[in-house]
Amino acid sequence: MTTKVMEGTHAISHAVTLSRARVIAAYPITPSSGVVELLSEMCADGRLDARFVAVESEHSALATCAGASQTGLRAFTATSSHGLAYMHEMLHWCAGARLPIVLADVNRAMGSPWNIFADQSDSLSQRDTGWIQYYCENNQEVLDTIIQAFRVAEQVLMPAMVCLDAFFLSHTSEPVAIPDQKLVDAFLPPFAPPYALAPDDPRAFGGLPSGDGYMELRARMERSMQDAVGAAETAAREYAEMFGRHHPILEEYRTEGAALLLVTSGTIAGTARAVVDARREAGEQVGMVKIRLFRPFPFAAIRAALGGAKKLAVVDRNLSFGHGGIMASEIRSALCNQPSAPIVFSYIAGLGGRDVTPAVIDDVVSATQAVERPESDTLWVGLKE
Amino acid sequence: MISIRFHGRGGQGAVIASKLLATALFREGWQVQAFPSFGAERTGAPVAAFLRADHRPITAHYQVYEPDHVFVLDPVLLQTIDVTAGLTDGGWILVNSSRRPEELELPDRFSIGTSDATAIALAHGLGSRTNPIVNTAIVGAFAALTGLVTLESVVDAIPDLVPIKPDANQAAAREAFAQALGRRAGALAGREG
Repeated sequence: MTTKVMEGTHAISHAVTLSRARVIAAYPITPSSGVVELLSEMCADGRLDARFVAVESEHSALATCAGASQTGLRAFTATSSHGLAYMHEMLHWCAGARLPIVLADVNRAMGSPWNIFADQSDSLSQRDTGWIQYYCENNQEVLDTIIQAFRVAEQVLMPAMVCLDAFFLSHTSEPVAIPDQKLVDAFLPPFAPPYALAPDDPRAFGGLPSGDGYMELRARMERSMQDAVGAAETAAREYAEMFGRHHPILEEYRTEGAALLLVTSGTIAGTARAVVDARREAGEQVGMVKIRLFRPFPFAAIRAALGGAKKLAVVDRNLSFGHGGIMASEIRSALCNQPSAPIVFSYIAGLGGRDVTPAVIDDVVSATQAVERPESDTLWVGLKE
Repeated sequence: MISIRFHGRGGQGAVIASKLLATALFREGWQVQAFPSFGAERTGAPVAAFLRADHRPITAHYQVYEPDHVFVLDPVLLQTIDVTAGLTDGGWILVNSSRRPEELELPDRFSIGTSDATAIALAHGLGSRTNPIVNTAIVGAFAALTGLVTLESVVDAIPDLVPIKPDANQAAAREAFAQALGRRAGALAGREG
């Protein structure tokens, strides 16, 4: 194992190389371009035995990955924002075709107006396409999660998206431990799908099936997504045993006896840790829960971690227009019909890369403590108007 | 925790300077984080980059607002940007300048350093007269003035960060280390810095 100071984009490139991807197809877009810049160099100089396909659009990038995956090759792509939106049709297709492609999405705001900075609305607006979704806190977790995502995706035959905040991770250099190839090979066996497109074993894929089977196929996909919860938990645990780093699908940070829990994801979770530490030092019962696995949504873990608190302060760097913070709404739905449920305060913060500092998070804690119930379903943090 | 802000112009190498210093500090056992300001990067436009270093893992991810030290890669920026914004008293302001620290007329509550990084860069063939690449030189000067990092760690980190002309960049860092000029905070008031 060696540890190097590297950007989040390059942590992804190293993870993809360690995962022995065989086909990489991409159309570069800021701030994810660094991922495929380094991968194209690695393919060119032989560090990675893979075919790098430079395509004319993101739609084609994912279509190329679909073709490769259908023939039984491990495939990867990376994108952001409008690039991910342009893949939308193929996202559905890859999930329905049960192709365990891994996609790194550098979370970037959607236009109009143009904005290249951190915002989770790009990937969260793809949450219903059938892709597993992870959200990462730091560059080490990014590298580790890409490797785990290949394993989980291939076990349940559903594609996986690994999401990280634009600039706060993609362009931030941090120490990242690069695991030994032999250990990664032991953790991630070669991709061996039960059915593959092969000339000597002809089969039809993705055609218009006769009979009435579509709904059953959808039910199978849903069962596989539910299986992915356990597969992701197992992958996280076994990864920890092999590599010494545990990234739970839902992390509980200093939650013992907490009356108020911050709930968030991505880099905001990292910044929130110091706020929780300070509040605990002041004798307050404040903790933090980090959502790492968002699809499949870990209902049981969410209920176990959050059900006992009096209040939740959910901080969303995303927005569903006309509804509110997306993670907050999913948490509310998970807590529905439970014997006791905390009051949910839903905060919108940091859209379009606006900085979420410890002071911002501390204000969220204070605002949640100050009143019994939120004065509206959605609360905006730091609006300048 | 130490935090540092780098002011420069697009193309001068402020972002690489932050990564280089981070990598050098990491070699000496620090946990580090280096990142650019989150704005559009345009050649010649004012840019900023940031660095955090600590002896504990750094979990925070937001911009640096109260730096302990500041780099200024283009002295003209002193006239257009408040490079002292949020700067801790006693912290270093290290300016790429051919002048002496006392000639810059910066407040005595800060430690002032100068390094003629442009002349050093050009002498070693780094960049062009209109766009010298001064990052390796000025990081060498920082090592000399602050003692936070050794010259050897800076020199050792250069090949990874600056794959083009690593030898010339290492020589520039060494020369700037030897020639850096500094005036400690409070020197004008006759106090120890």
